[in-house]
Amino acid sequence: MLVRRVKDGERDLFYELIRPYERRLYAAAFSILRNEADAEDAVQEAVLKAFKHIRQFRAESRFSTWLTQITVNEARMRKRKEHAHLIEPITDHQDEEGNYTPREFADWREIPSETLERKEVRQRLAEALASLGQKYSEVFVLRDMQHLSIDETAKALGITTASVKTRLLRARLMLRDLLAPGLDGNWTARLSFAKGTKPW
Amino acid sequence: MVVNCDGVWREISNYLENEVDPELRAAMEEHIRGCKRCTAVLDGTRNVVELYGDERMAEVPLGFSKRLQRRLENDMMPPRRTFLGWMVAAAAAVLVAGSFELARSSAFTHPELRSELAQSGAGIPPDMLVVVAADGKTFHTPVCTFIHDKVNLRTLTAREAQREGYAPCVRCMKKYLSAALTSSPAPENVTQVSALEE
Repeated sequence: MLVRRVKDGERDLFYELIRPYERRLYAAAFSILRNEADAEDAVQEAVLKAFKHIRQFRAESRFSTWLTQITVNEARMRKRKEHAHLIEPITDHQDEEGNYTPREFADWREIPSETLERKEVRQRLAEALASLGQKYSEVFVLRDMQHLSIDETAKALGITTASVKTRLLRARLMLRDLLAPGLDGNWTARLSFAKGTKPW
Repeated sequence: MVVNCDGVWREISNYLENEVDPELRAAMEEHIRGCKRCTAVLDGTRNVVELYGDERMAEVPLGFSKRLQRRLENDMMPPRRTFLGWMVAAAAAVLVAGSFELARSSAFTHPELRSELAQSGAGIPPDMLVVVAADGKTFHTPVCTFIHDKVNLRTLTAREAQREGYAPCVRCMKKYLSAALTSSPAPENVTQVSALEE
């Protein structure tokens, strides 16, 4: 097992160990920091911390979850520092527990996965994701992009599985509303929403 | 069990996760079959999950991996020598060793003289007995009249005197100084020395 070998002193193998997860770690950091350079820096710092504390990793959790947890913590810490001068909002206006009602009901049966070849489409999807509140986007990224389980996502974010499920539902429905095809069936036409014009 | 649109939307994420019990699942599917809106919501939500779960969405900035690898190497790994690094290190070791050897051999054949004004002498028999004064700079034949301090004299061989940095006297050792000016380098059994005007 690669983790065991690194723990036993084969330091050169560490990059091999984290390489399969580096993209996902970046996505997790980006979902919190919303800035490429900051996200990259946070990942680098998190990976270095993981290396320093590799002996603390226990095999009962997955290495990817542990690594993600460190990355999320690093990104959140940076986010807090970045906004330390700002006054925190007293209440979160998004009611997590309330039901979310879909707004778009256009038929969307085809999976336009081939459209992901277009950078413009990927960019629009990324923008849609970035327009969600952090607590929704980080759950969505870990569960639906990093493919962590509900339990692992909860553990990585330090929240309950019930919260993960609630936030995931809202994130998915909000994204669906943002990305649903227009009535003319033109899927990408819906992607040209202006930033900040959230339908909820 | 019967569910309405709200009930479907509330559980649609769990439905996709396959985390609803069989009875609720059956009820939801029953409703969705007859509801265009819920069908659209289900399809759209499933597509969102499919699209974002695609590997192509996990894009990183250009050069991200290389920079991460470099950072790891720089900050965490012990410095690793490249082939060139090893060659430079080996060359440096050879130079250091060579310098020591050169210094050692130089000290034997060309001892540091007690005067900066020393001149070369040649052909002095190494075993020739000479005398030196404790505070002097030159060695002399025992009968030399140019020995200034005749009280603290010490007798030793020419080789020993040269090793201690004494130079041949320009008077009593004159012939060896002249020989040094005209001869090629001294043979091995004859020590080459310097001389100075005392």
